[in-house]
Amino acid sequence: MVIRSGKFKANAREALADPQLQRAMSNVGVGFVQKRRMAMDKLPEFDALRDQARDIKNHTFQYLDLYYEEYEKKVREAGGHVHFAPTDGDARDIILDICRNAGAHSVTKGKSMIAEEIAINDHLEENGIKPIETDLGEYIIQLRGEAPSHIIAPAIHLNKDQVEASFREAHTGLDENRNLDEPESLVAEARSMLREAFLNADVGITGANFLIAETGTSVIVTNEGNGDLTQSLPRVHIVITSLEKMVPTLEDATAILRVLARTATGQEMAVYNTFSTGPRREGDPDGPEEYHVVVLDNGRSSMIGTEFQDMLRCIRCGACMNHCPVYQSVGGHAYGWVYPGPMGSVLSPSLIGVDKAGHLPNASTFCGRCEAVCPMRIPLPKMMRHWREREFERHLSPFSVRSGLGFWKFFATRPRLYNFTAAVAMPVLAALAGAKGYLKALPLATGWTHYRNLPAPEGRTFQQQWRDHLAGVDE
Amino acid sequence: MTIEDERREQVLGTVRRSLGNMKSDKARRAIVRGRLENHPKGEIPARAQVNHFKQVDLFVEMAGAVDASVDRVKTKADILDAVTEFLRSRNLPQSLIHGDDAYFADLPWGKHKTLEHRRGPAAAKDLVSLAKAHSGVAETGTLMMASGADNPVTLNFLPDVSIVVLETKDITGDYETAWDRLREKFGEREMPRTLNMVTGPSRTADIEQTLLLGAHGPRSVHIIIVGR
Repeated sequence: MVIRSGKFKANAREALADPQLQRAMSNVGVGFVQKRRMAMDKLPEFDALRDQARDIKNHTFQYLDLYYEEYEKKVREAGGHVHFAPTDGDARDIILDICRNAGAHSVTKGKSMIAEEIAINDHLEENGIKPIETDLGEYIIQLRGEAPSHIIAPAIHLNKDQVEASFREAHTGLDENRNLDEPESLVAEARSMLREAFLNADVGITGANFLIAETGTSVIVTNEGNGDLTQSLPRVHIVITSLEKMVPTLEDATAILRVLARTATGQEMAVYNTFSTGPRREGDPDGPEEYHVVVLDNGRSSMIGTEFQDMLRCIRCGACMNHCPVYQSVGGHAYGWVYPGPMGSVLSPSLIGVDKAGHLPNASTFCGRCEAVCPMRIPLPKMMRHWREREFERHLSPFSVRSGLGFWKFFATRPRLYNFTAAVAMPVLAALAGAKGYLKALPLATGWTHYRNLPAPEGRTFQQQWRDHLAGVDE
Repeated sequence: MTIEDERREQVLGTVRRSLGNMKSDKARRAIVRGRLENHPKGEIPARAQVNHFKQVDLFVEMAGAVDASVDRVKTKADILDAVTEFLRSRNLPQSLIHGDDAYFADLPWGKHKTLEHRRGPAAAKDLVSLAKAHSGVAETGTLMMASGADNPVTLNFLPDVSIVVLETKDITGDYETAWDRLREKFGEREMPRTLNMVTGPSRTADIEQTLLLGAHGPRSVHIIIVGR
């Protein structure tokens, strides 16, 4: 996938001017947000469960090397294989090798953000293997040649009529006059089109939400059941996942599952939580004959022990983007790579570099909703601030930002000058605003006042008021 | 060293370096082993910490809330009556596929001659499956299905209609108790090849966030609870 994060500003401007996108995005702030709220209200222990989920992951990272040793041992005992991939290129090589050894022509896929991160579809296609996305949202965007715009609802940027148009274009063998007005008929058509793909595939690729050290198990969490058909019908099952997905025990996995679906979709539990341990066993009448787990690092191991380690707790629920005013306005594609929204703004610079994704941590108003709703209590705004500092240190910020900050620093580090200037400026601004009490435009701040008015100062400066306040307390 | 070993060492080596000055290896291993052997339980929602009768009622309520249908029968001998009646009520053919489960083998099939039944994994043409749940978790109305010759995994996903038999004695309040029951059957640190936690029929909200049932898995899940 071509990284377009460096063009975030231009991408965002384009997104704001796209009426189809704006219509589709208007669903996000309502649906997901309300459903999460309702699930929360039904479970009084929710905040305690969040603390616990955070603690489980923090514990696991402290012993991650040893949990992997235990995990590998159990996978091997069950007849499966674990492959470590330091980079995205390694992961692509490993998966292509497995597919070639299996003589694969077609591969079905469950939804996996790691598969997006390593851009496995393009790689398989370049090597003559046909990847077929089976999650409805992923299937739709694969037909359209698009990338996902949300980590759990990949086609959230689309409206029903766009889906209908794509189906009519792609499913050419069907009656042209068929009725596809209702979403039901679109779902039914996708279901029947994909049945054959499931049955004919040589290899099935899924992601994993968790790896469990206790039993050597990988877990997928889905609602459609496509992931299960993907991994149960073909001869080979490949799990593509990333380093931070480990938890110690079955209890730990279900403890985190208690917060995952509730925060993601407002369900008490996703429809299918599937625990897979090794390939088909003696006497099993179905299931894959080979079971491979590819564990992608791609920079994650270096995040351990740094100020970005907390980000590794992320369970990809999507709540931070659902609640983000920036994401709600511009959608996922503007972020220019695999992970959008606040979690992407923190994770992407770690994975692809602050030089390529440095704009993303700036795409925040620091309103703090992302941290407030995060089931794993990840301090997202704090980490975005860390990235802004790094961007500044590395002189990657544009001239206007650097000179603006320099100007600000000049005043802020000279309290007398600052107080004097502020005391002079306040009445001037108030006078300029006049009776209406606000300013429609300000020199050097048109980017701000273009979208809203600046309320005019109403009297004395904060510093003046604070001095009086302190004096009052002292009395 | 093979390339696979090199890659493994590169990843786990970086993990160890990033962790920095660690406690002794022995102490760390003891902590990890302790956690895996004792699999401690954490915070468990109070919702399902009630007596067993209430847990069964809660299971029925929660399964209903996620669009599963639930029927209750007194004994095992009543299962096939409930199955044929359900198929009739839904205008479905009297035909189903089930696993090689001893539990199903001694059902009174002879008394239900019109009910066709095949044993084995599901194929594309199978419309209805009959499977047996290992546990039912009241907390969220979740079925736990353990794969094997007795319950092929495809039964849970390929057919349009999934009928699942669940004994009341197999209903637990929480997931933790269900894991303990699973360990009793399969052993410590062991799992069936596939363990499916199923909570209602398949669904999607990928088109404009409209929730629709029957995406790729069963369009309906019918649970027959056996015993009082």
